[in-house]
Amino acid sequence: MSEREISEHKLTQLKALEAESIHIIREVVAEFRNPVMLYSVGKDSSVLLHLARKAFYPAPLPFPLLHVDTGFKFKEMYQFRDDYCKEVGADLIVRKNEDAIAKGMNPKDHGVARCCGALKTQGLLDALEEGEYDAAFGGARRDEERSRAKERVFSMRDEFGQWDPKNQRPELWSLYNGRIHEGESVRVFPISNWTEMDVWLYIREEKIPIVPLYFAKERLMVERKNLLIPYYEEMKDQLLEGEEPKMVMSRFRTLGCSPCTGAVRSDATNMDEIVIEAAAARRSERETRIIDHGSNSMEDKKKEGYF
Amino acid sequence: MTELNIKMTEEIELLRLVTVGSVDDGKSTLIGRLLVDTKGAFEDQLLAVRKKKGQEHHIASASEIDLAMLTDGLSAEREQGITIDVAYRYFATPKRKFIMADCPGHEQYTRNMVTGASTASAAIILIDARNGVMPQTKRHTHILALLNITHLIVAVNKMDLVGFDQAIYENIREEMQAYCDKQGVKNLICLPMSALDGDMVAVRGDNLNWYEGKTLLETLETLSTLGDIDSLPFRMPVQLVNRPQTVDLPDYRGFMGTIASGTVKVGDKIVSVPSGNSSTVKEIVTFDGNLDEAFAPQSVTLTLNDEIDVSRGDMLTHVGDKAMDAKELTANVCWIGDEPLTERQKYIVKHTTNSVKAMVASIDFKTDIHTLDHQQDADELAMNEIGQITLKLMKPLHYDRYVDNRITGSFIMIDTFTNNTVGAGMIV
Repeated sequence: MSEREISEHKLTQLKALEAESIHIIREVVAEFRNPVMLYSVGKDSSVLLHLARKAFYPAPLPFPLLHVDTGFKFKEMYQFRDDYCKEVGADLIVRKNEDAIAKGMNPKDHGVARCCGALKTQGLLDALEEGEYDAAFGGARRDEERSRAKERVFSMRDEFGQWDPKNQRPELWSLYNGRIHEGESVRVFPISNWTEMDVWLYIREEKIPIVPLYFAKERLMVERKNLLIPYYEEMKDQLLEGEEPKMVMSRFRTLGCSPCTGAVRSDATNMDEIVIEAAAARRSERETRIIDHGSNSMEDKKKEGYF
Repeated sequence: MTELNIKMTEEIELLRLVTVGSVDDGKSTLIGRLLVDTKGAFEDQLLAVRKKKGQEHHIASASEIDLAMLTDGLSAEREQGITIDVAYRYFATPKRKFIMADCPGHEQYTRNMVTGASTASAAIILIDARNGVMPQTKRHTHILALLNITHLIVAVNKMDLVGFDQAIYENIREEMQAYCDKQGVKNLICLPMSALDGDMVAVRGDNLNWYEGKTLLETLETLSTLGDIDSLPFRMPVQLVNRPQTVDLPDYRGFMGTIASGTVKVGDKIVSVPSGNSSTVKEIVTFDGNLDEAFAPQSVTLTLNDEIDVSRGDMLTHVGDKAMDAKELTANVCWIGDEPLTERQKYIVKHTTNSVKAMVASIDFKTDIHTLDHQQDADELAMNEIGQITLKLMKPLHYDRYVDNRITGSFIMIDTFTNNTVGAGMIV
């Protein structure tokens, strides 16, 4: 075998990651009764959905997508979600914690942690219970946050949806143990081993559609501490002293709820420029997500059932 | 980053590695050092683990941060100052991307070390120069040897605390070389370092000039990666049968799986085991278009020219190049269950995409990790013990020896009552 032939049989690191993710997604469909894919409309969700489509091609997706909606997402996200799911023929389920929303739960009056706990964690747990799902795919990556670095690919959850980080199942080779007791479930993270950079490179290479908020343009923004907050007409009464909305060339590195996600100043208007910007970034993408800050916040939320 | 560099980032290869060693030998510090020196950690993550307040906007050097805090991600770990579970870390150089599993040193968490090591093709075994080779160093090294990790790197750390003394390093190197020779480990690389100060990690530093080898990072960048899995016989365990049953594809039957080893081409004559039925490859289907040829570790879908019986758990191979099959298996086992493994006990064996009931027919021997002697009269394997067992299976499995093929030669054992993964098996 010539040198050239050998090198042709090497996968680039992105293709190796893709193959591993597809293997994981298929394994879940083979071993679980009723899987669902969590879909949050962000870039990681876009990659996850794309990988799932690849895994079962030419068949349609063998599971629905579940969007746990807080009602606070950017309007561009709702538009993108509905258009894209229709385009790829995905079966989209949208669930909200209606009780909390009816009681007016919001991050400003009730605090970010409580709001997230009610609208995201409880909303998710209720939706998973209602759907009787025994496996839920999520787009979390181990490079995002230090407690996520400890996560298994198949992450066991008890009947309350809770994670026990001190008692995780050993996970050997690519032999995932999908055996669970009644009431238990797994969260499955097929892109665990991807980094933010891999996600951007893959979106660029595969031309995966993403919410336009990821691309820079002049947007009406309010500057609060070191965060850039998008300004909407409804926020008029919430402006603090000295705050004045102004047009800023900016984009989002990560998308969450609009009151809790900041933008960054950027001139990156296409995928090449985003990749270049991501490569040069010296601060993590989740810096603009208010919920992550505080010493153990992500670990505590994961223990409670946050994905 | 230029256009050219983006291209390079896409084309670089992946190396999976694991760091192991005894408690307090500085694994977390080494990883923190690698992350800082390769810019694998972000400024806000570094600021969160700085030693002193006041450095609000800038971290000038690694000495200003608590390197271990960067990787010990669980509150229980930070509370106790130990690593409990594997942390996966990612860093890249212009030459390569690394996935590093940072494993706990405590004996009680050996199973988490096995978890981290099972997917690695290189391992860094850290040794504290002051303490030398510890029991846990040997246990880890023996497990790495059983797991057939391609490259073992012994890093003698904390050289700064022994005055960068070459004789101390040489003694440790010789002891490890002898221990590895005894079990046939071929690719052993040794180097001295100080993870805290950074000598010989990413930069040479000035303190270890008597050592002429590569730095750790240079070593990692130049190790061979995938090995030769594409030159091994073709193996594809079937994960699922794809039957869209849509209007456009009413009769479509595709066999989905990850190629464990070897290559497959359109027109190849293949056989499905256990049925033994053969056919030829009609198409290699992917979302991005059909391929003429596919190779490990790609995830693909194959369609065949004949309607033969193939289902999940079956294995596709080339005709005349079949895997072994047997209802009885002998394997090396790392026992990772809380309850000991005993003879006559039944477990579920998950091997490739197959799950079968199995009974322990015999415990052939237990290995003494210090001397590597075989204790023949063992009646159980307790947690973290290693030995060789023979299993009787409810139905035959198609397999290769682990030394020939890590995927078709490995299995996990699952406790039928708790559903926990309790054993890591490597077929001999």
